[in-house]
Amino acid sequence: MIEVTDLTKRYAGRVAVSHVSFQVGKGQIVGLLGPNGAGKSTILKILSCFLPASAGTVKVAGLDVFHEADEVRRRIGYMPEHNPLPLDMRVREYLKFRARLKGLSRSASRDRVDVVLNQCSLLDVQKRIIGQLSKGFRQRVGLADALVHEPDLVILDEPTIGLDPNQLRAVRQLIKELGKRHTILLSTHILPEVEMTCSHVLMLDHGRIVASDSTEDLLKRVFHGGPVITEVLAPREALLELLSDRKEIESLDVSPMDGDWNRVIIQPSNGHDLRAWLHGELAHPGWQLRELSRGRHTLEDVFVKLTRTEKEE
Amino acid sequence: MQVYLTLLRRELGSHFLSMTGYVIISTVLGLVGFSIMDILPKLSGTPMDTPITEMFYVTLYFWIILLLTTPVITMRTFAQEKFSGTFETLMTAPVSDLQVVLAKFSAGLMFFMSAWAPVAGYIVFLHRYTNLGAVALQPAVIASTYLGLALIGGLFISLGCFASSLTKSQLIASAVSCGIGVMLFLLSMRSLVPMPMSNWEADVFAHLSMTEHLEDFARGIVSLSAVTYYVTATGFFLYLTLKVVESRRWK
Repeated sequence: MIEVTDLTKRYAGRVAVSHVSFQVGKGQIVGLLGPNGAGKSTILKILSCFLPASAGTVKVAGLDVFHEADEVRRRIGYMPEHNPLPLDMRVREYLKFRARLKGLSRSASRDRVDVVLNQCSLLDVQKRIIGQLSKGFRQRVGLADALVHEPDLVILDEPTIGLDPNQLRAVRQLIKELGKRHTILLSTHILPEVEMTCSHVLMLDHGRIVASDSTEDLLKRVFHGGPVITEVLAPREALLELLSDRKEIESLDVSPMDGDWNRVIIQPSNGHDLRAWLHGELAHPGWQLRELSRGRHTLEDVFVKLTRTEKEE
Repeated sequence: MQVYLTLLRRELGSHFLSMTGYVIISTVLGLVGFSIMDILPKLSGTPMDTPITEMFYVTLYFWIILLLTTPVITMRTFAQEKFSGTFETLMTAPVSDLQVVLAKFSAGLMFFMSAWAPVAGYIVFLHRYTNLGAVALQPAVIASTYLGLALIGGLFISLGCFASSLTKSQLIASAVSCGIGVMLFLLSMRSLVPMPMSNWEADVFAHLSMTEHLEDFARGIVSLSAVTYYVTATGFFLYLTLKVVESRRWK
């Protein structure tokens, strides 16, 4: 669906995106992840034919975004960052205007507007003026606009920014639904969002791709080497004696809690999952176990790790 | 064509469905009212042989209207879209730059002309209640007056679109278009040039003089050179606007 080869974008002497290559297959939901200023929006702007690339080629559905911009624009639905909308128009009127602008006939645009109003749960507010809507509704209007001409590819730049937790959940759910019929590329700097909605992740830092993985592989990386946490009712000395100098354990921390309870945090060597093993070890007459879980690195950690290595290189 | 009409409709909507639109229309009508008040005493008593339409241009009110309303009408066209970010959604839809520029220009011009439309009523009023000669109110003369108005309006609207395309700030847009507009207007004021002019210099100024063009139109004279002047100047500013809109692709 998207083929980006060696894409570079310079703004007046500053390199925003440097030699980026990636591919997105049909039907994927891909998250473009990176800190502010990493070049996410720039890449999306180039993909949506708003800005030209300085070098490299970008193809959407086999069409070049620079030379066949008109055809490409027909195939993509784009929601820019901050979701700009004309505040003086009514919801339905705006969507109709956008549908007509995107080349739909009068009757087709009426039908499609009905469909997207329904899809984005906007039927109740279709006659309201956009300027009077809450941010969550506006976001959905932006999404509805991106979808109104049934594009193959939907590009969303920070679709959930500034939403409250309920709206956030609703919009994420909507994006997930959309993924069943469209290819979606979205950018965000909120990591759990990627985890919840995307099937693939591209991590970007300082205009370069630092990781490109399926979300699952990325999560494996996230879980790899996560500490094992357990709470045991047992004397501290006995625990230390039992667990010290074991080859499975890289580091050990036992801290007393209420009563005789101790909280044990174990960093496994080789990143193995030690929970089952630990459960066996702790099966001791008179001891009690009330928690056994595995801590995980957050995507933040992975991200920091990845971007830091990049800098050190 | 569908895209152009859709855009035109949207642009007209933004002019007519806004407070600014009606403030502009009432300003125009108010100022024209003042100019009628100026004209009326001159009409009493002495018989007139110049067309009444000509009188409009002679008063300063006309120029105030032209120089002040056109920047206000056009300042929003591009600047507001760029400021609010809707320019990005607009330009990522399958529309061409030319369609956008033309739609914004023609909507602005239509709005400008519609602000003048009620003035025809003033003329009918004068016809009814004063003893004007037949020459003052020939339909052809009124038509050519409106043609002149449309041509000069087109020039100032295209100029305003150009100014608006340069910036995100409506204030700067209106200041720039007003500034260039005043310069164009001053070109018409040959009498302001203190030094003596050679023949060809005087010729050039005569060709650029909007006051003289408009007097001709108001008398019912449609000269090809005047029409050409306005059409090419309008085309020139629209071309510049188009290039500015395209320029984001060069960066």
